[in-house]
Amino acid sequence: MTAIIDYEAGNLASVQRACKEVGLDARLCADPDALRKASRVIFPGVGAAGSAMASLCKHGLDEALHEVIRNGVPVLGICLGMQFFLDHSAEQDTPTLGLIAGTVERFDFANASLKVPHMGWNNLLDCAAHPVLADIQAEDEFYFVHSYYADPEDSAMVLARAEYERTFAAAIGRDNFIGTQFHPEKSGRVGLRLIANFAQWEGSC
Amino acid sequence: MLSQRLIACLDVRDGQLAKSIKFVDTKDIGDPVEKAREYYLDGLDELVFYDITASSDKRNIMLDVVSAVAEQVFIPLSVGGGIRSVSDATDLRLAGAEKINVNSAAVQRPDLIDECAASIGNQNVVLSMDIRRGMPSTELPSGYEIVINGGRTPTQIDALAWALEGEKRGAGELVVNSIDADGTQIGYELVLTAMLSTAVRIPVIASGGAGKPEHLYDVLTAGKADAALVASMVHYGTYKVSELKHYLCERGLKMRQSW
Repeated sequence: MTAIIDYEAGNLASVQRACKEVGLDARLCADPDALRKASRVIFPGVGAAGSAMASLCKHGLDEALHEVIRNGVPVLGICLGMQFFLDHSAEQDTPTLGLIAGTVERFDFANASLKVPHMGWNNLLDCAAHPVLADIQAEDEFYFVHSYYADPEDSAMVLARAEYERTFAAAIGRDNFIGTQFHPEKSGRVGLRLIANFAQWEGSC
Repeated sequence: MLSQRLIACLDVRDGQLAKSIKFVDTKDIGDPVEKAREYYLDGLDELVFYDITASSDKRNIMLDVVSAVAEQVFIPLSVGGGIRSVSDATDLRLAGAEKINVNSAAVQRPDLIDECAASIGNQNVVLSMDIRRGMPSTELPSGYEIVINGGRTPTQIDALAWALEGEKRGAGELVVNSIDADGTQIGYELVLTAMLSTAVRIPVIASGGAGKPEHLYDVLTAGKADAALVASMVHYGTYKVSELKHYLCERGLKMRQSW
């Protein structure tokens, strides 16, 4: 069973619909014990880091997620879900899951001509060889909506980069978990391809 | 680098696609689900549905339309028209809309913007503004006035002041719709769009007046818009979505080219 973690963090129906489109039967999951039994996990998220993290912890889903990752279950984090892989987010000064060393920072608001959030379609600058990113080209465009970006300490954790005022991590991951800053479920055909790749992924790089 | 966006707006009345000229004289022109799918496959970047259903008992038809479109269109969907509460916004989000456009109801009760932003996130709240050109005055320093109720009711609210207030209250994006240009196909209101886009820090979508591909180019350059919204140009088959995007790319703008 593929679980989409449901922690009151936004519109999960669109993630579920995109899974259905690529033949992946995914269920919303708000119960930590059900999450522990999942064979594949999608960790979405929109909204503010502090309140989303509080909601995740309140339901014990943070512990369950740590456990499934330790157990080698393939996990895909999307947007805020991806940002939660790091240690800390500057958004609402929030401690996060600490699966990848590094922080989440805000785009430079001092630059008056920069519109924040970074909203719309942007291409990747590069794209690592990774099963979940198979057949995705650097010039492919994905749909982004975010005001904060992930900044891992170890650049080997960065699987794809994009640019908005600065170069930032568009996809990060290691071992059996991967996260995208963009929304594959809203990124047309290339986004669906990524989800289809994830549906086939055994969790090794 | 971030691409500029081409957005198509589908006015939906009682579940059918309609297009107005200067906000009156609407006529039905087809099935919104079919059109949405066609544009998605042809490279559209984002879709907006505007519910112009007059009677409230037919409002639920819109939820069905949104849901049917979300099943087969994997780009951002935005819905507006008649949204008065967080509960209206939530219903549409559950049906499959990403973004919610608020308009007249937000002018009448500005807290609606704050409430929606707190509930569904700033980035999902779009403040849609219908604007008419007037003479600059003490009440209207910018010379542009907000009108509501589908263009029928003037408010004496200055468009620039309202855009800034909307941003402050938590709108994540603005739609600048010129009533003067709407349906004329003679081009967007460039002065208005540029004025508002430089005043705010959130993305601005230009709306109203597109008739030729160069109008899109003009509003995405001189008009400083982040996205251009089209309706008639594509609904009647005069231009294809892909054709407009190729044209803009050839003129040197960055648009999403593969899909």
